[in-house]
Amino acid sequence: MSEKEPLFSAKNLKLFTDPFNAGNPITVLVLGICSALAVTVKLQPAIVMGLSVTVVTGFSSFIISLLRNTIPNRIRIIVQLVVVAALVILVDQLLKAYVYEVSKQLSVFVGLIITNCIIMGRIEAFALGNKPFPSLIDGFGNGAGYGMILVIVAFFRELLGSGSLFGIRIVPESFYVSAGGFYENNGMMVLPPAALILLGVIIWVHRSVNNKLLEK
Amino acid sequence: MKLLRKFLDKIKPSFEKGGRLSKFHSTFEGFESFLFVPDTVTRQACHIRDSMDMKRTMSVVVLALVPCLLFGMWNVGFQHFRSTGEEQALLATFWFGFLKVLPILLVSYIVGLGIEFAFAQVRGHEINEGFLVTGMIIPLIMPVEVPLWMVALATAFAVIIGKEIFGGTGMNIWNPALLARAFVFFSYPTHISGDKVWVADGYSGATPLSDAAAGLIQKLPSACDMFFGFIPGSIGETSKLAILLGAALLIFTGIASWKIMFSGVAGTLGMAYLLNAVGGSPYMEMEPYYHLLMGGLAFGLVFMATDPVSSAQTETGKWIYGFMIGALVVVIRVFNPAYPEGAMLVILLMNTFAPLIDHYVVEANIRRRTNRGRKLSKK
Repeated sequence: MSEKEPLFSAKNLKLFTDPFNAGNPITVLVLGICSALAVTVKLQPAIVMGLSVTVVTGFSSFIISLLRNTIPNRIRIIVQLVVVAALVILVDQLLKAYVYEVSKQLSVFVGLIITNCIIMGRIEAFALGNKPFPSLIDGFGNGAGYGMILVIVAFFRELLGSGSLFGIRIVPESFYVSAGGFYENNGMMVLPPAALILLGVIIWVHRSVNNKLLEK
Repeated sequence: MKLLRKFLDKIKPSFEKGGRLSKFHSTFEGFESFLFVPDTVTRQACHIRDSMDMKRTMSVVVLALVPCLLFGMWNVGFQHFRSTGEEQALLATFWFGFLKVLPILLVSYIVGLGIEFAFAQVRGHEINEGFLVTGMIIPLIMPVEVPLWMVALATAFAVIIGKEIFGGTGMNIWNPALLARAFVFFSYPTHISGDKVWVADGYSGATPLSDAAAGLIQKLPSACDMFFGFIPGSIGETSKLAILLGAALLIFTGIASWKIMFSGVAGTLGMAYLLNAVGGSPYMEMEPYYHLLMGGLAFGLVFMATDPVSSAQTETGKWIYGFMIGALVVVIRVFNPAYPEGAMLVILLMNTFAPLIDHYVVEANIRRRTNRGRKLSKK
């Protein structure tokens, strides 16, 4: 019998903080890229998407971890999918009920959380072999790490592409050409390739800050 | 000159290792080799060096671009005064265009070289002359009225995302100058879509490309006008004569591959004649050689498709690469109403495919030789 661990031991905390740096699902593991390109045109949907994924990753890891000793190994993927799908539908219904506009903007990408590689990845890699509580923390951490990158990308895309943040105008109206100024929004930032370029730049910055990530 | 040399020699020690300003060694080195031919000699074998180093290659390309630049400046003035109906002397026309084009050229060089210097400094590399050509091409493929901050942004994007992240000069996948244009094209499409172009303040006219795309073949300028370049368009692309002068110099000095240029022309004409034979729309039935005279295809083929870094490297590959550029440009122009001009996107696309083409050419060569060996050993 091992000693009883405190709930927020250093080890558990590390599970939560690691995805923000050396274990980030997007910039290090390069998972969940597709939705990162699709929902980051504006900040608001990006935050909602980040929260949704965090909730789904956390609770699906938790539930699978609870069931981990009873799931037959050969059908585990199907069981995982059922759990994830149920959670995604819950999240989808909640979004439709409370933030309908954002849910419309996110459209199919909420449903596609089911196929988000991060969720299946955490379940397979962590929840199946660990206790429920660490799994929950690990899931939340990875979801939040994913959300963080989404927010960074969306910040730049909305600021440069639309001149606003959360739909509030940041670049003054008088700067624009239509009002006699010189400024124009960068149309490329609204297109998905810009998200890819921004992600690349974020990975670049991340790797130059954290030398451990560089391959020798 | 001697004064300059003396001054450089005087400040040189402080840039050497251990000197006060040793951190800025690459900046100093860059300026020194820009002003004087480096006098370093080889210390070990082998001692044979080609005099055609990077600096000279780049200088020749810049020289080849000069006719386009000068004509472009004149043409800016010409288009302006033609639309305002004024009669102006040659010099006044040129001066008008010179004042319009010079700021773009300066911005492109200052921003681009600034970033190059900064990166070389941080990485401890030597500064090389690659950007001298890119910085000259960027203004030539921009429309005249493009705001300077957009030029600065596009240049920065091209140098950082297009070149430095891949490791600097010689490592890039795409032609940096075209990347700068593509950046403006996708970011600020109202300025550079290729169908309308600035001719005078507050007035923009249709380019031959948009006339052709609209099926107004009879509205096209005469072939002679398009050849000599008395047409509206991006600054350096209009005069095919100036481009030919540049091409002649590049081919004569052996810097640009004549195979790419030749097969590019062949691809354009081949595809255009094919469409001509099929027929169906006025654009398809247009005189095939018009495709070579319109838009930026000629400029792209001579100066950008032949970029020795981003084009195909194998000799067979160059034929395929050039031919595909020519043929695809015609296809995009004729069949894609969203893009009046396809030269930029096609060259970038074929830049992407160039390594693949090379790979298969090399593979085919290996297979051919293996088969030959096998046959011989059977006998």
